[in-house]
Amino acid sequence: MKSTTTHYWLMATASAIVTILVFAACGGRTSSPVTEASAAGTQTASGDVIEKPELVLGFIKLTDMAPLAIAKEKGFFEEEGLYVRLEAQANWKVLLDRVISGELDGAHMLAGQPIGATIGFGTKAEVVTPLSMDLNGNGITVSNEVWQAMKPHIPTENGKPVHPISAAALQPVLEKFRNEGRPFRMGMVFPVSTHNYELRYWLAAAGISPGYYTESDITGTTDADVLLSVTPPPQMPATLEAGTINGYCVGEPWNQQAVFKGIGVPVITDYEIWKNNPEKVFGVSKAWADRHPNTLIAITKALIRACKWLDENEMANRAEAVAILARPEYAGADPEVIANSMTGTFEYEKGDKRSLPDFNVFFRFHATYPYYSDCIWYLTQMRRWGQITTSHSNEWYFETARKVYLPEVWLEAARRLEQEGHLTKEEIPETDGFKPATGDFIDGIIYDGRDPVGYLNKFSVGLKDNL
Amino acid sequence: MKSISPVLKKYTPPALAIALFLMAWSFGAKQIETSLGQVPGPAMVLDQARILWQEHVAERQKAREFYERQKDRRAAMLEVNPSATVAAVSYTGKPTYVDQILTSLKTVFMGFVIASLVALPIGIICGLSKTVMRALNPLIQVFKPVSPLAWLPIVTMVVSAVYVTNSAWLPKSFLISAITVSLCSLWATLINTAMGVASVNPDYINVARVLQLSPLKKTFKVLLPATLPLIFTGLRISLGVGWMVLIASEMLAQNPGLGKFIWDEFQNGSSQSLAKIMVAVFTIGLIGFVLDRIMVELQKRVSFERVHA
Repeated sequence: MKSTTTHYWLMATASAIVTILVFAACGGRTSSPVTEASAAGTQTASGDVIEKPELVLGFIKLTDMAPLAIAKEKGFFEEEGLYVRLEAQANWKVLLDRVISGELDGAHMLAGQPIGATIGFGTKAEVVTPLSMDLNGNGITVSNEVWQAMKPHIPTENGKPVHPISAAALQPVLEKFRNEGRPFRMGMVFPVSTHNYELRYWLAAAGISPGYYTESDITGTTDADVLLSVTPPPQMPATLEAGTINGYCVGEPWNQQAVFKGIGVPVITDYEIWKNNPEKVFGVSKAWADRHPNTLIAITKALIRACKWLDENEMANRAEAVAILARPEYAGADPEVIANSMTGTFEYEKGDKRSLPDFNVFFRFHATYPYYSDCIWYLTQMRRWGQITTSHSNEWYFETARKVYLPEVWLEAARRLEQEGHLTKEEIPETDGFKPATGDFIDGIIYDGRDPVGYLNKFSVGLKDNL
Repeated sequence: MKSISPVLKKYTPPALAIALFLMAWSFGAKQIETSLGQVPGPAMVLDQARILWQEHVAERQKAREFYERQKDRRAAMLEVNPSATVAAVSYTGKPTYVDQILTSLKTVFMGFVIASLVALPIGIICGLSKTVMRALNPLIQVFKPVSPLAWLPIVTMVVSAVYVTNSAWLPKSFLISAITVSLCSLWATLINTAMGVASVNPDYINVARVLQLSPLKKTFKVLLPATLPLIFTGLRISLGVGWMVLIASEMLAQNPGLGKFIWDEFQNGSSQSLAKIMVAVFTIGLIGFVLDRIMVELQKRVSFERVHA
């Protein structure tokens, strides 16, 4: 046997090497110990102390994360004294959990997520939003097989289908599936997503039941004609191609992706289901908002500027925005796919490209203002499909909206932007938080945020509130 | 001629095999049309590797510019108000491909170190005492075959609950991946150490007894040196397993690294995504190979017999 000291020495060296490697790696470039310095906060030009200048914000790979990418790339965050790392998340559940746990400072969220979390549907936690990120931007796509079967039932003009297409054209297809004993499945991105409610609205407007949530059925498929299930947005086309679902409702670029790949046909956009519907919001946990009030205002300012940049001069900057979004670290899809919807057009069937200037609205129509009435619409849909299991009074709806939406933060940010010359007076709405009543829905039913209970009782499909 | 033939003999077969593989790949790739376009051939993959490197260089340039701007800003602020507190801020750009590789290496080493620290003492105890071995054996046999994907949700929830302070140099996601890696990779080291210690030549133990060595001294002077070759075989297997597990756990834990790179590219679904994923596949393979060689070299140093690589 060799002298044991050699072995000793070798063991020691080996472990030393490993230790050094670990420490060398841990002390890498990206993780220099700056947290102590930033804990004290930095001052902005206006003299406010930014409590947390270094932020990690999450997003899902969709074109409507654009305000975040633009605020970063155009330097709007930096001008507010914010140093932001943007991080793509695997799915909406992971994103929300990480915002709640504090791994993310804030994120691009589905409008329903802060609301759902606050009322305790799914993960229970208080999440708030000072800003709506965009209006519209979703579409419903069906597989080629379904489209071929729907087509004979859609009225045409000059050989092209007349839009908007009602889900009534889907009825015969459902009949066929039923007779063959096959379930008809459609994908949406999250139980409290706009897509879930839009898909349900579209189906129900034609008398098709999308199924109900009950206390024991959290999948929302009780009494369903169409079985809805959750699939993360980027996986939608692949799941459709695999035949697991027959159609889906998702944001861009995943509808246009289906057209490009020739695996499905978009039949309707959400703009045609509800004109200028609120879509994504910027969400942070309430605890975070309470601890970082100045930082939240600074983020809101940067995002308002980014949204304005996206829409200004009749969307002159959209081409540049497409180039930024196409980078692999953001939406990452091919630029031509992103451009299809981001530049004011939408391609339905291959070759049937139509003008849809308001498909992605980031700033016009006061899109960034967090209206209470938008929040209340989501609450009515949660009640309509049973996610909210009991009846509530109008007052409860108002109160919940005031908990989740923070127009006061938005107004503070907007006022400062006005002083700095980045916003004009007309760009700041004078409102009590409620949009005027509107009938801009595919079924023409009038929505007034001041009477959510009355609104619920107007639907023929859906739960009613008996008060 | 005679002097060349051994060299030829050594290098011709692998060169031929690689050439054949490349030919089969580029031919096969042309036949398959996915919804993301054609399966990329060798040329496209090489091209993407070049692009990823260029992106890395460009990002470093941007970082330098950022620090320049920060320096100017700080100077300007101090000029206005000499007592202003100006914090240093690190660059917050996107992690490049090289950053992702470094993060992955960092994570696997962390996991490997945790696994070794747990497995070696337990292994030695198991080897010394038949009773302990019998006691732990069922647990070891049950946990050994568990996939990282099964551990991950549990580790995620436990770490989130226990590790509350989210410091910048030890992020939660990093810890989650590292612990998952160690949970899956510690078994090989543990079993090999136990086996090694149990099969130490009884003469050595007797000598230790005669010399009246303390248990600690016995372990370090007799048992460990005698079992080092087997321990290193275990460590080598552990590191290999850890590296494989890491990619899977990074995909799901949102820990930056090669796994997340692959997942993000899959989600991008652009026409270059498949080629970029292929670059990652080769990177993972090459790094795994290098890690294994390092362990073999270490093993050779401590072993009396020839090690079969």
